[in-house]
Amino acid sequence: MRWLQDPILDVQHLTMRFGGLVAVNDLSFQAGRGDITALIGPNGAGKTTVFNCITGFYKPTEGMIALRKPDGSHLLLERLPGFDINWRAKVARTFQNIRLFSGMTVLENLLVAQHNPLMIASGFTFLGVLGLGGYRRAEKEAIEKAKFWLEKTRLIDRADDPAGDLPYGDQRRLEIARAMCTDPLLLCLDEPAAGLNPRESLELNHLLLSIRKDHGTSILLIEHDMSVVMEISDHVVVLDYGTKISDGTPSEVRNDPKVIAAYLGVADEEEVQQVVAEIGA
Amino acid sequence: MNAPSITTTAPTDAVTRRFDLAAALKDSGKSALITLGLAIPILSYRTEQSGADLFLSQRWGLVAIMCALVFGLRLFLHAFTATKAYRQATPSAHQATEPVHAEPSAFQHVSKFAIPFFLGIALAFPFLIVMIQGGLGESRYWIDLGVLILTYVMLGWGLNIVVGLAGLLDLGYVAFYAVGAYSYALLSTTFGLSFWICLPLAGILAAMWGIILGFPVLRLRGDYLAIVTLAFGEIIRLVLINWVDLTNGGAGISSIPRATFFGIPFTNDEGGFANLFGLEFHTMHRGIFLYYLILGLALLTNFVTMRLRKLPVGRAWEALREDEIACRSLGINTTNTKLTAFALGAMFGGFAGSFFAVRQGFVSPESFNFLESAIILAIVVLGGMGSQIGVAIAAIVLVGGPEILRNLTFLQAVFGAGFDPNEYRLLLFGIGMVAMMVWRPRGLISEREPSVILKERKAISGSLVKEGHG
Amino acid sequence: MEIFVQQLINGLTLGSIYGLIAIGYTMVFGIIGMVNFAHGDVFMLSAFIALIFFLILTTWLGISSIALALLIVLIVAMVLTSLWGWAIERIAYRPLRGSFRLAPLISAIGVSIFLANFVQVAQGARNKPIPPMVQDVIVLFQGASGYNVAISYKQIIIMAVTAVLLTIFWYLVQKTSLGRAQRACEQDRKMASLLGINVDRTISLTFVIGAALASVAGTMYLLYYGVVSFNDGFVPGVKAFTAAVLGGIGSLPGAVLGGLIIGLIETFWSAYFSIEYKDVAAFSILAIVLIFMPSGILGRPEVEKV
Repeated sequence: MRWLQDPILDVQHLTMRFGGLVAVNDLSFQAGRGDITALIGPNGAGKTTVFNCITGFYKPTEGMIALRKPDGSHLLLERLPGFDINWRAKVARTFQNIRLFSGMTVLENLLVAQHNPLMIASGFTFLGVLGLGGYRRAEKEAIEKAKFWLEKTRLIDRADDPAGDLPYGDQRRLEIARAMCTDPLLLCLDEPAAGLNPRESLELNHLLLSIRKDHGTSILLIEHDMSVVMEISDHVVVLDYGTKISDGTPSEVRNDPKVIAAYLGVADEEEVQQVVAEIGA
Repeated sequence: MNAPSITTTAPTDAVTRRFDLAAALKDSGKSALITLGLAIPILSYRTEQSGADLFLSQRWGLVAIMCALVFGLRLFLHAFTATKAYRQATPSAHQATEPVHAEPSAFQHVSKFAIPFFLGIALAFPFLIVMIQGGLGESRYWIDLGVLILTYVMLGWGLNIVVGLAGLLDLGYVAFYAVGAYSYALLSTTFGLSFWICLPLAGILAAMWGIILGFPVLRLRGDYLAIVTLAFGEIIRLVLINWVDLTNGGAGISSIPRATFFGIPFTNDEGGFANLFGLEFHTMHRGIFLYYLILGLALLTNFVTMRLRKLPVGRAWEALREDEIACRSLGINTTNTKLTAFALGAMFGGFAGSFFAVRQGFVSPESFNFLESAIILAIVVLGGMGSQIGVAIAAIVLVGGPEILRNLTFLQAVFGAGFDPNEYRLLLFGIGMVAMMVWRPRGLISEREPSVILKERKAISGSLVKEGHG
Repeated sequence: MEIFVQQLINGLTLGSIYGLIAIGYTMVFGIIGMVNFAHGDVFMLSAFIALIFFLILTTWLGISSIALALLIVLIVAMVLTSLWGWAIERIAYRPLRGSFRLAPLISAIGVSIFLANFVQVAQGARNKPIPPMVQDVIVLFQGASGYNVAISYKQIIIMAVTAVLLTIFWYLVQKTSLGRAQRACEQDRKMASLLGINVDRTISLTFVIGAALASVAGTMYLLYYGVVSFNDGFVPGVKAFTAAVLGGIGSLPGAVLGGLIIGLIETFWSAYFSIEYKDVAAFSILAIVLIFMPSGILGRPEVEKV
């Protein structure tokens, strides 16, 4: 249970209500440092809402979301303004329906991701506009970093193409590359494998594993594709109707009757047993 | 305006279309009938005042001419499109249903040679004109026109930062123009400060107002932002009219000190410009100085904008236009980024305003009505949002174009001596705005130039570039 | 107290006119998400149409019954203004549908400039007064200070006509298939067209209805003030748009409610504070409402989708 000993993200009693609708109900879970944590559940279970709370797009109705830095200090994400969640807490995310800057080139997309360090290098524009300071060098370094991620995501040949021109799979990878350009501690991926073919999905697995291994970035992902979830994740949290119904390693979760019931849509405890018996779990 | 545009009613079975006279006649007749309906009673009767009473005079002849004109035009359009369609064999069905996405590339590659060309023309303009017209006095009209166009070029470039780059729709840009002009007028008349001190002060004041007005409104999106900025523009104008103690109300502020050549006045005496430089005195010296002054200011605006586009703040503006939510997820402080765009745009508006004040020597609230904002916005949109050269071309077309009307005095021979083509300036301007939008909704130059390249420069098609939602 | 009641009556009259214009804004915004900038000028144009027909009826045809004349003028103005509304949509907006978002706005500003200057060129730049048609007033009560609180026939006519037309129109939008088609197009235009709704015609009809109601407002405006000029479109247009936003854009009862509120604020502001700054007050309300409650009084809040 590494995620309990050294969590990077600690979500406590998170509740999100929209009017009368309770999208997330008293959810608590941890994501371990260096882990790939998967958040799964049937459609409408509230997974994306959890993401939006973590990344600051929604203010949770109740609860606490703490990000623990490597030095042991922690930041309460629900109290930070939206943009600081990326800049100060180092949490990056991608979106379920891809949000690239489609009219800008692939390279520009990756430079926008390095906005804050570049902004400082350009003396908050004042020095940059006069051509003073070390902006030129900083930009060169930023381009190097962008190149690194473009090579890693095999997009280097398309660096000067507008992002909107890329095929779907490439756009997904570009979004991950863009998020990685912000040097995140925690990378939140909202259905990264959606719409990918099996080969691309396999490639994604390798990319995610390498991000974790080579960069020490912890990953939290929402995914429907069980081949991705079961293969690469160290820890799975299952949501249904906004509440957590299971939490553990992939094999524990796979065998949890409640999870099977939620996915197959059975309500009765007896029926669950029956289903479990039938599928021989 | 009365002729329905051909794109809307073009039959969709374009593949087999030939010129069908009967159908064309029928459709043209319909258009003429609609014109007749629109002309009643607004065109067919004219209200005339005599004493306290109104009476009506009839003008059915005019209506008949209009209907005939529409009929003929429509028929011609039918014939024209039919033969064109016949030549082009099979236009795609897509074109027939969505004509707006057709993007001919006539203007797309204009920028390569056009920039040095335009710059050269702009720099040499006063000399060329003096040479062509054969004297300083004779070229007054042309140099004044050049100054006017350049003022709008500068305003267009200033607004382009806000609308074209950051994607924030500002319908009250004229407010900052007004702030600049009044700041200059008040500072120079009350404190006697010189132009070169007032200019930066006016710019700073306008930028400050940009921040004050921008701060509450920038979280609004889309048309709402447009309407609030419009409201602010109107509020500032109404305050200028009503706050008589400060602004002298509708009468305006006059006797603003004239521009000097860095302290040397353009006067016909001992210390004057002409005397000092050993020239023969002429009032147009000041005009030419003003021309180069506004050219310099406009080029400064352009230079700063081009520079900023390649800096993180400029990229953040464009990213904001593309997707605000993604920006926030990447750690960009969207409020501050929008504010910088707003303030910078306002500052250049303020510079242009103080230039306006020094050129006119007189400011009044009348000069800062909504129409001005609309013209500046039209210049930006018609130019192609974000394209600097496009904005310059659009300013020449929209501001210079109506000037042609002044020279159409020969029409008086056709319509009688009471005919003043100038009356139709704004009317045609309105029609022009509609026609240009129907013709090129994304503006003259819709392609976007990348701000940074790795290997090769590829222009980005306008259809991918978003227009922002703010 | 007497002044208060009097201003209440005046404010409601003015508010009815704003409400009628506001419906055109709110419906068009609801269905195609565009601020129809030219709507204020359509209103002004309709006032001119009404003016000319009043003159034709009273001076040439010699109709002496004001009620009859008013009815004919109202109908004619509605028909002719509707034609304008239809033609404007067809020429200036339809070719731009589904295009760049700013294009229709610029086009609308172009139409607005065109209409104002067209009327100026066709009818002259001066204010056009008509002789007062209805002058009688009913004194409701007399205050202690001898101040008469009165409601004029004009005001009764305006409020009654507004109420009747709103009811008819409300029925049209709520209960008929046209209304259903309209609401479907508001939700999802593409899906509506896939289900066999003629989207183009529905949008055209929206413009026609908006223009017809604007023409009622134009006629009432003429009746109330007895004077109209070519640049009378802009400010009432912006105020009516304020009303639409205040009531919650997209909501029809909201537009009327917003109109009444704006009318009341304007008259009370003029009566108690300063008449010079009454437009500043209206514009400030617009800004404040948009900033602090952008979904208005009766509108649905917009949820930001991530």
